[in-house]
Amino acid sequence: MDFILQPWSWYVAGFFIALVTFLLFYFGKHLGVSSNLETVCSLMGARKISDYFKFDWKSKKWNMVFVLGLIVGGFISSQWLTPSEKMNLNPKTVEELKAYGITDAGEKFLPEALFAVENLFDVKVILVLIVGGFLVGFGARYAGGCTSGHGIVGMSNFEIPSLIAVIGFFIGGIFITWLVWPYIFKFLLG
Amino acid sequence: MKLVKYLLVGIIFGITLSKAEVISWFRIYEMFKFQSFHMFGVILTAIAIGIGVMRLFKKGIIKDMNGNLIEVAPKSKGNYRAILGGIFFGMGWAIVGACPGPMYILLGKGVVAILIVLLGAHLGALFYGMNKHRLPH
Repeated sequence: MDFILQPWSWYVAGFFIALVTFLLFYFGKHLGVSSNLETVCSLMGARKISDYFKFDWKSKKWNMVFVLGLIVGGFISSQWLTPSEKMNLNPKTVEELKAYGITDAGEKFLPEALFAVENLFDVKVILVLIVGGFLVGFGARYAGGCTSGHGIVGMSNFEIPSLIAVIGFFIGGIFITWLVWPYIFKFLLG
Repeated sequence: MKLVKYLLVGIIFGITLSKAEVISWFRIYEMFKFQSFHMFGVILTAIAIGIGVMRLFKKGIIKDMNGNLIEVAPKSKGNYRAILGGIFFGMGWAIVGACPGPMYILLGKGVVAILIVLLGAHLGALFYGMNKHRLPH
């Protein structure tokens, strides 16, 4: 039991992710989370305004159930399996973030400045969250997959488009983290 | 009943990404700053095991539960979509610190703010679907 309550190391996590990938193939499906975004759009009425969303959503039901499992898994983990969210971040990361005004790095999984309930009515926070979310949804569907579909499944199968997409993930992520976040921190906290 | 197994697999995935701190905004920031091996270790381990599993599928040593050969469908071609879509995705990932899987997991954790992120993600997917024909692929 103690093992479960401790933070899991990278190789344990990697093993379980591979196990999930394997199980879905064994069931005749394949891992890919971001396609659910399209299924929900279709169900919410996008099928009426765009041909792109006219597909048989019933064939994607299994994936929506999988996503429901993600939500349940997140609940179980936070309720019963995570006595402490303290993380072993690189002290350099913690120092750096402190200099930008983020003082809770490594204390919890998420920075208060971006995710605290009190900040939910802050227009600046809403703007950052919605723009970030938009880029994730748009980018994932444009690229044809996200970290799971391209990063894990595609890379394991030596897919060239997946390798290119993952290089893209890092170009975009490095650009934002190194060059843009200093300004977002100022925008949010300054 | 047929769908319950997907719920269970989803729960395993949700617990794994929670327990390995993959759902943490800080871990994503640290990854893009190359200040920790943790996230790279997670992804590379999954890929390394995945490569072995794919070989067993291709050789027909492991078949699916109905006894059929498992064929891994190739990803749709297109270099522009892969690189441009990838860059947009990476930008979003670095801002909200969560890719689609962790978004749902954080919702289960009770993070209300993630609803705004999920709203944005759906709008982004909708925007792509409506403008697909105008974008280079």
